[in-house]
Amino acid sequence: MAGVVPDLTLIRPAVRPAVRPRRATEEGPFIRWTLIVITVLFFAAFLVLPLVTVFVEAFRKGTEYYFKALSDPIAWSAIKLTLVTAAIAVPLNTVFGLAAAWAITRFSFRGRQFLSTLIDLPLWVSPVIGGLIYVLLFGTQSPFSPWLIAHHIKIVYATPGIIIATVFVTFPFVARGLIPLMQNQGVAEEEAALTLGAHGWQVFFRVTIPKIKWGLLYSVILSNARAMGEFGAVSVVSGHIRGLTNTIPLQIEILYNEYSFAAAFALASLLSLLGLATLALKTYIEWRAGGRPS
Amino acid sequence: MKRRILPGFRLTLGYSVIYLTLIVLIPFVALTARAFNGTWAHVWGVVTSHRLIVSYQLSFGTALVASLINGVFGFITAWVLTRYRFPGRRVIDSLIDLPFALPTAVAGIALTALYAPNGWVGAPLAKLGIAVAFNRLGILIALVFIGFPFVVRTLQPVLAALTNDVEEAAALLGASRFQTFRRVIFPAALPALITGITLSFGRAVGEYGSVVFISGNIPFKTEITPLLIIAKLEQYDYQGAAGIGLVMLLASFLILAFVNAIQWWNTRRFNSSSL
Repeated sequence: MAGVVPDLTLIRPAVRPAVRPRRATEEGPFIRWTLIVITVLFFAAFLVLPLVTVFVEAFRKGTEYYFKALSDPIAWSAIKLTLVTAAIAVPLNTVFGLAAAWAITRFSFRGRQFLSTLIDLPLWVSPVIGGLIYVLLFGTQSPFSPWLIAHHIKIVYATPGIIIATVFVTFPFVARGLIPLMQNQGVAEEEAALTLGAHGWQVFFRVTIPKIKWGLLYSVILSNARAMGEFGAVSVVSGHIRGLTNTIPLQIEILYNEYSFAAAFALASLLSLLGLATLALKTYIEWRAGGRPS
Repeated sequence: MKRRILPGFRLTLGYSVIYLTLIVLIPFVALTARAFNGTWAHVWGVVTSHRLIVSYQLSFGTALVASLINGVFGFITAWVLTRYRFPGRRVIDSLIDLPFALPTAVAGIALTALYAPNGWVGAPLAKLGIAVAFNRLGILIALVFIGFPFVVRTLQPVLAALTNDVEEAAALLGASRFQTFRRVIFPAALPALITGITLSFGRAVGEYGSVVFISGNIPFKTEITPLLIIAKLEQYDYQGAAGIGLVMLLASFLILAFVNAIQWWNTRRFNSSSL
C-alpha cells in the first residue's frame, strides 16, 4: 500500500489545449474586449486629448516663440510669485497635515470623525468661496479694514491674500494622504520605540517619518502641484495686477483672453509638466511599495 | 476609552484645531455673518433672483448629468483596470489622476481649444450642427473631465477586494455571469459607486477654472453659480456675494453629510451581514 504511488502524469493530457477554457468567474472575450475598448476610447478622448492639445498649441508658433513667451518679464514675475506662494503654503500645510494625521490616527477621542470631515471640507467647497471668505474678512468693507490700513497691512489684492487662499485650497491634501496610510501601519513600532526608552520626538523622527516618508513625499508633491495651479480662489483675491499679483494660472487667463493663445499654452505646458511629473512620482512610489497601482 | 500610550495628543490635536479654526472656521463664520449683515430682503432677493435660479439649474443640473456619466464610465474603467490585463493598462491607471494634478485653468483652455468651432473636435461637430464650446454641452464636458477620477478611485479598491470565492459560489449555484454581476458584484460595489458619483457631483457643483473658459459666460444661459459670486464682488455687492456663497456652502455640507451617511450605512450593512 505504501509503495503504490499512482503516476499522476498519466492523468494529465499530453497536449495542453491551445485555448484555455473560460472560467465561470470570467467574462467572455467579446464582453471583455468591448469593455477594454470603451475604457481606452473614453480615456483617450477625455484625458489624453486635452493634454496633447496643451503641448501642440504651445508649440504652434515654433520653439523660438515658446521660449520667448516663457522668458517674458511679466511671465517671469508670475512664475516667481507662484514659486513664493507654494514655498510658503506647502510647508504650512505639511506641518498641519502631520499634526492632524498624528492626532487622528494615534488617538481615539470624541469628535475624531467630525474633525476629519472638517479637514476634507475645502475639497468640496467651491474654490471661489475659498477666495470670497478672505475678501470678506480682510477686504475694504470688513470690520478689520481700518486697523489693517492704519498698520499698512495689505492682504487682499496682494501676495498675503494669494498665499492664504492657496493655503485654504491645498489644506486637506497632506492630512488626507497620511491618515489612511498611518491608520494601516498601526503603532506597534512606535510603542516598541517608547518601551526602549525613546522620547516623543525621537519616535516621531526616527520611527514614524521613515515609515511614512514615501506617502508623505507624494502628498507634499501633490499639494505643491495644486498650490501652483490654483485658479478660482486666487483669482478672487488677486486683483489681477499684471506683473505684481498674477500667478501662472492667472497670467494664463490674461494671455488667453488677449488671444495670445500660444503664449498662454506655453505657460500652461509648464504646469502640465509639473502635473505629469507628480503622477510619474506617484506611480514610482506605488511601484516601490510593491502594491498594485491603485 | 483606550489608554493613550503615545505622546503628543495635546500638541497635535491642539495645533490642528487652532489651524483649522484660523484657516477654515473663522472665515466661514465671517461669511455667514456678512450674509446676514444688512437687510434680509436684499440677500434673499439676490439668492432667489431669476439670474441665480437659472445658474443653480445649470450648475446643479449639469453637475448631476456629468456625475452620472462618470458613474457609468468610471465603473467600466475601474472594472477593466482591476480585472483585465492588457497593454497600456498601467499607463491608463497612472493617468486617471490627471484631472487632480492638472490645474483647472489649464484644463479649461485646453478643452476650449479642443471643442471651439475651429478646434480638432469642435470643427467636425460644428459641421453636424453641434455647438460644444460656449454652450451647456461644453460645461458638461469640463465637469466630466474633472469628476472622472473620483468614481474610478473610489471603486478600484472595492472591486479589487471582492474575493473570487463569492463569484465561484454563485457560479457553482448555477448563476450566469450576468446574474453573478447583477446579484453579487454590483450590490457589493454599490455604496462605493454612489460615494464616487456623489464626490464627483460635489466637486463639479463648485468647479470654476475649467468651466469659465469653455462656458462663454452668457447671462441667463451659461453662467455657473460660482461665476455670479465673482460678478457680485465686482459690483461691490459684498452681502449678495456672501449670500450666494452661503447657499453653495450649505450645498457642500449636505453633499458631505450624504457621503458620510452612505459610509455609515455601508459599515452597518457589512457588519450585520457578516459575523
